[in-house]
Amino acid sequence: MTNPQSAPVLKVVDLSLRYLTRGGAVKAVQDVSFELAEGQALGLVGESGCGKTSVANCLMRLLPDNAQLVAGQVLIDGQDILSLTEDKIREYRWQQIAMVFQAAMNALDPVYKVGQQVVEAIEAHGVEATVSLARERVARLFRMVGLDPALMDRYPHEFSGGMRQRAVIAMALACDPRVIIADEPTTALDVIVQDRILRELKGIQQQLHMAVIYISHDIAVIAEVTDRIGVMYAGRLVEYGATEDVFRAPLHPYTAALMGSFPSIAGEKRVLANLSGEPPNLIDPPPGCPFHPRCIHATEVCRQEIPPRVQRGSQWADCWHPLEESAVPESVEAGEV
Amino acid sequence: MEASLAHTPSAETERLVSVSGLTRQFPVGRSLFRRATSFIHAVDDVSFQLSRGDSLGLVGESGCGKTTVGKLLVKLIEPTSGHITYRLPGLDVGEGTENVPVESADISGGQLRAFRRQVQMIFQDPYESMNPRRTIYDTIAEPLAVQGMGTVLDRVDMVSEILMLVGLTPPATFLFRHPHELSGGQRQRVAIARALVVEPSFVVADEPTSMLDVSSRTGIMNLMQQLAHGLGIAYLYVTHDLAVARYMCHRIAVMYLGKIVELGETEELLRNPLHPYTRALLSAVPVPDPGHRREPPNIVGDLTAPIDPPARCRFYDRCPLATHHCRDNPHPAFEEKAPDHWVACYEV
Amino acid sequence: MITPPNYTPVPGPGSEPPVMEVGHSRIRLLWARTRLALHSFRTGWSIFMESRIGVLSLVIIGIFAIMAVVHPILMLTIWDVDTYDPVTGYAFDQVNQPAAPSWRHPLGTDPLGRDVLSQLLWSTRSEFVLGITAALVTVAIATTVGAVSAYYGGIVDVFFMRLADLFIALPGISLLIVLSALFKLNLFYLALVIGILGGFGGTAIILKSQALSIKVKPYIEAARVAGGGHFHIIFVHIIPNLLPLSLLYMMFTVTSAIFAEAVLSFLGLLDVRMSWGIMIHTANTGGYLMGGTRYWWLVVPAGASITLLCSAFYLGGRALDEVVNPRLRRRHD
Repeated sequence: MTNPQSAPVLKVVDLSLRYLTRGGAVKAVQDVSFELAEGQALGLVGESGCGKTSVANCLMRLLPDNAQLVAGQVLIDGQDILSLTEDKIREYRWQQIAMVFQAAMNALDPVYKVGQQVVEAIEAHGVEATVSLARERVARLFRMVGLDPALMDRYPHEFSGGMRQRAVIAMALACDPRVIIADEPTTALDVIVQDRILRELKGIQQQLHMAVIYISHDIAVIAEVTDRIGVMYAGRLVEYGATEDVFRAPLHPYTAALMGSFPSIAGEKRVLANLSGEPPNLIDPPPGCPFHPRCIHATEVCRQEIPPRVQRGSQWADCWHPLEESAVPESVEAGEV
Repeated sequence: MEASLAHTPSAETERLVSVSGLTRQFPVGRSLFRRATSFIHAVDDVSFQLSRGDSLGLVGESGCGKTTVGKLLVKLIEPTSGHITYRLPGLDVGEGTENVPVESADISGGQLRAFRRQVQMIFQDPYESMNPRRTIYDTIAEPLAVQGMGTVLDRVDMVSEILMLVGLTPPATFLFRHPHELSGGQRQRVAIARALVVEPSFVVADEPTSMLDVSSRTGIMNLMQQLAHGLGIAYLYVTHDLAVARYMCHRIAVMYLGKIVELGETEELLRNPLHPYTRALLSAVPVPDPGHRREPPNIVGDLTAPIDPPARCRFYDRCPLATHHCRDNPHPAFEEKAPDHWVACYEV
Repeated sequence: MITPPNYTPVPGPGSEPPVMEVGHSRIRLLWARTRLALHSFRTGWSIFMESRIGVLSLVIIGIFAIMAVVHPILMLTIWDVDTYDPVTGYAFDQVNQPAAPSWRHPLGTDPLGRDVLSQLLWSTRSEFVLGITAALVTVAIATTVGAVSAYYGGIVDVFFMRLADLFIALPGISLLIVLSALFKLNLFYLALVIGILGGFGGTAIILKSQALSIKVKPYIEAARVAGGGHFHIIFVHIIPNLLPLSLLYMMFTVTSAIFAEAVLSFLGLLDVRMSWGIMIHTANTGGYLMGGTRYWWLVVPAGASITLLCSAFYLGGRALDEVVNPRLRRRHD
């Protein structure tokens, strides 16, 4: 953890993934590239089925049998983890990169004590030499995520939803990973619990100087906890940049539409933009810009050619007709037509 | 609680639903041979009114009883005590008694049929709220069919019309599909169509967008508002999301462990929250603006289940303002602290 | 106050199912429904045919069905009644009975000089009738009992479930033996008894647990809000969703009915003219079962038929299992 801030701990280069199904190859991830430095938080947002979770599964190398890596590299400190063998990958998982699963999704085994499950994760990776040391470590982790260490010997069903999510975070932290992926970490939790858990995650991230990738459909959560945002659409990263810049002035019409469709309790009450239509079929995606069938700015060139990358400060987007900074409110209005 | 009956601005005749002292308890651990000794106080002494064309958002965390209130209002379950009074067209008790208030408990038999035409519900889960073996036509025409409204051919026309109204066009391509062939957003449009096909005056919407993707969510919210305004339907919108309630409703009621703790006009309640729970809830809602800074919610402890709660303010254990007075007195009365702004708290 | 914005209608997916104009006729409505039914049948059929055991079971059941049909045709054409009647016939052309298979008697004759093939073919029909009657009775009772006791719960549920326990506790075959001693049990009564035993017994419990999971679905609440009464909910929402599972248990009941018939006939307790069980019974009372493989044609055809038909219905049930859980399958695609 002594690396300078500027050195990227995680580098994803031209990642492409597809799933082979009976109907054809589903192009779930296409040409996704980004970098993440230590202490940075990246948010991946998009509609369901846009490839957010597939990217996470690539990074964790937790891929179903029908998944096929087409191209790309995932570098952690320069080591390409996609070329590692199955044996090596087990060492790398949890120690280099760990995942915070949705607690609602059976992330905890109901027949084992919660503490025991974390202890086992630590033992399996040989991080602590003895069981008692491992238990001490779990107690520390529990305190860090705001759980009473006495709860170690309880079973998952004795935990509330929020406590379970904390335990899952403790599990992800078990082997001091350098990168943590949080896949919808607070979905299905009530707002007050969500707020506490997000604050704790953020605190831990700053304290341990970790890189965190948040995956969420809730752009309000992403806006609060991240400093980089990547907007995904149809398996592609269509816009990327500093969270504040992207929220202030999105370049891509999809980003603008997504933000315009979110109600907020702050600020003036405004009409929400309808993002009409559905995401494209990824077996046979539309030619040109994948967003063109739903885009109000689409022209002939969008239908035929892959859009170029447009840069503005920290921010870039793949679009033929990027939005002007001043034109943003107008484009949101236009999105509803 | 009597005082709260007077807080609707509209005239007596415009009042569609009046709820007073509504209570529903669920027994814990009861069986055929054992009588329950403890009860979950899911809804406890709740009162509010809804007028024609009005919209009320019922907001709270999971387990606060908001869905139970919704089910009580559509008579899916019956209250333990308290009154729900409806003033609905077609719901008369005899000759020349059009638009006379009718008690929920008195509605049965033929009146229940009339009631089912006037009061409908939209369910949360678009995947489970439709029989997978029945077509979209069967699903939407069900209320018409069981109430014997129109012939089969009339019903096909009525269903086609309502499908166009909810934006599923052309209707012919949807009529004979099964629910699993549609996306979540399309199914929820079907659910809205089913609720509106009988032309009700009052609809309970139980988190209709919470299971939908971002893109279809806005479409459903806009559609519901448009139809409710266009058809003059009053609705109770049950949700855990204050931002959604703000967008959808004229007024918001905040529930905590079976009690309504605060009720007011939407913008007034958001600008000037009085109850400490409402304040905590508001400060916990993330805002889609990276520049926005929130204070951490001022609340302690965790949510508990309202099983045989002690006779004091429900929020006492978690309240930052709690005093001895709060501990030693029963749950505070619902009082109008500002015009049309009702709060149940000793400390505001 | 905000004004509702114009919304863009969601474009409909492809137009595969029937396309109609808004003004339609009754015939078009019927046609659309028929096409829909055909469509779902074809989907189910293709899933069924994908499993090898499904095809195998269908082939075996098909062969037996042909056998059942062939017997009356043969009796009308090339077989004369005096020689080939399964019960009263006598093979005058043979000197010793039982006679080994020959051209005129492909499966030989039994100790009483009757043609074994004729007996086998004749019995096939009654096995089918028995199996299917028993299965229909079981499923009709079990589906109704399951749906009703799950829906009403309380005392109704307790009554039917204790009744089911009682029926399960009763040893089936022994009970049938007692009943056959008291009454003349013909095939129809046998089917009825087996049907009632299964219908109020184990099958009812299985269907009830399924019905319980249907009862708590939100679409049941939606039906109540729509104004549907108890009858409507049970018969329109619960039972149709139980039917796939019912069909599965129907297949299994066929198996157990045929097997029970074989056992009772073998013990000579049934009032039946001829059946596969009786064929083995006849061989046994003549002492030919002890003769090793020398008189194989007296035992093997009937025994093999019982085994094959029972397994065919069982395998068919297993293949139907795949069709029964359509949502389970679709997620794999």
